[in-house]
Amino acid sequence: MVRDTSVSSKILTGVVHIILFFVLIATLFPILHIIAISFSHANEVRQRNVILLPRRSTLLAYKTILTDKYIPRSFLNSVLITAIGTSINLLITGLLAYPLSKNDLPFRKTVMIFIAITLFFGGGLIPLYLLVLSLGMHNTWWALVLPGAVGTFNLIILISFFKSVSPELEDAARIDGADYLYIFFRIVVPLSKAAIAAIALFYAVGHWMSWFGPYIFLTDKKKFPLQLMMMLTILQYRAAQSMADRGNEEALLQYYRDRPLNAESIQYATLVFGLLPMLIIYPFAQKYFVRGVMIGSLKA
Amino acid sequence: MLIPGILYYIIFHYVPIYGILIGFKDFKLMAGRSYLRMVMEAPWVGFKHLESFFRAPNFWQLVRNTFLLSFFSLIFGFPAPIILALALNEVRARFYQRFVQTVSYLPHFLSLVAVVGMMKLMLSPSTGFAATVITWFRGEPLYFFNMPQWFRPLYIGSGIWQGAGWGAIIYLAALAGVSVELYESAVIDGATRLRQIWHITLPTIKPTIVILLILSFSGLFRVGAEKVLLMYSPATYETADVIATYVLRRGLLQQNFSFGAAVGLMNSVINLILLVTGNYVAKKISGQSLW
Repeated sequence: MVRDTSVSSKILTGVVHIILFFVLIATLFPILHIIAISFSHANEVRQRNVILLPRRSTLLAYKTILTDKYIPRSFLNSVLITAIGTSINLLITGLLAYPLSKNDLPFRKTVMIFIAITLFFGGGLIPLYLLVLSLGMHNTWWALVLPGAVGTFNLIILISFFKSVSPELEDAARIDGADYLYIFFRIVVPLSKAAIAAIALFYAVGHWMSWFGPYIFLTDKKKFPLQLMMMLTILQYRAAQSMADRGNEEALLQYYRDRPLNAESIQYATLVFGLLPMLIIYPFAQKYFVRGVMIGSLKA
Repeated sequence: MLIPGILYYIIFHYVPIYGILIGFKDFKLMAGRSYLRMVMEAPWVGFKHLESFFRAPNFWQLVRNTFLLSFFSLIFGFPAPIILALALNEVRARFYQRFVQTVSYLPHFLSLVAVVGMMKLMLSPSTGFAATVITWFRGEPLYFFNMPQWFRPLYIGSGIWQGAGWGAIIYLAALAGVSVELYESAVIDGATRLRQIWHITLPTIKPTIVILLILSFSGLFRVGAEKVLLMYSPATYETADVIATYVLRRGLLQQNFSFGAAVGLMNSVINLILLVTGNYVAKKISGQSLW
């Protein structure tokens, strides 16, 4: 590409580089800083010596959370909820999308309108909450997995993808005596791997990040997913800090004296613990995330 | 084959709509009765709940907070991905561009809990980095997270931190499609890079910008309760409490179900109106629209 090299061009380049540099720092610094603190001795942290690298590194904070009654379990819970939830998502979305992708389905228009309406208008949180309650799903994982079983956008993506599967293949299979379910699972699905993978990713990320559903529907701490556990841990200390705010230094010091030395380190460690899976997966998976969005937005 | 899917929609989308009725009734939760019967048997009270919402002492405060939060998020948050995309587009070294881009949308994949958690920890007056920096300048660290006047900047700032990189993807995708000849002929005509950007790059993404802008406008009342819920505390209610969180507290946690349903309905309707209006306006202005 031919570009000019006038003064204004040089200034522009400078500005661009400043912006990008700022973006890099702003994005990476908080994460590295927090990781550093989580590995540091509490006294160093209080003296504000820890900026990017740990000081007097210690694994005590991590040991504490890994031996905690609920925190490691919440990680497992999240994994399970994500796995089960996504499977249900894919199954129901897929089963719904396939017939809808056939233009000769009777009442197809009606069903599509039926579904489209839910995109714009819904009962709201309270009716949903009451419904879940009365179905006996309160404090179970069903409440987290069923109400969101089909994401309408994902459904639409899947429908358009299924449409692009060549009808000749299906006709050939029909002639050989296959029924709809067989065709669906053995032919259409393997051909749509890309779209299914993209949708699976969306659903999975949604499950992994969810904390609000669990917050209102679950009461048994043993069932809490990771994000909710994180929220409670970092919020739990809120009481102490509000006390400091009102000038009640006494109570604050007392609060920390009664806790293990590295009280705040636990919060930091929990945060890193929760971030870790995403941070590790990210470099490898981000390509697929982006691809998934591209597929989605193109179809839309 | 359709049955599970359709069942799902009926149960989880249409039945709750029936539940909206309780917004106009005095709904009481009774043990051992089915949901449908409970809704049917509750007495009608007309608009009583909506009225009590409008008469709430902090009604205008809620509306103001909701509106200002989305409005400022829009003003500050909308240009950020565009600027980032433009900046990234100007970089010639492929590797550097890819690298910065990938790093920039990392925050989008961190959960909301993680991001708010990071914010809270870094702002803590005792151990947070913000406090550290302030002490370097000999200032007194404050507990920003707990101060109402800081709520909006923090909410919006963290929103930009999380969303700018991801938002830039869409613009970059559009920019990638610009033909190189356009640029070359512009250079031959003696255009500086700034002018190139103004006359070629920006118009290319104009349609995308318009659609996204319209979509954002129509979501103006839609401040999701999630992030505010994570960030607020009684100390910050005066700027942080939005309609959604108030309804959550009064409707769900205090079990005023009818109240919650009524306001929820009102919210849905307003959002719907905004969405349709926004789309209509978009069509009129630029021929681009959602459908």
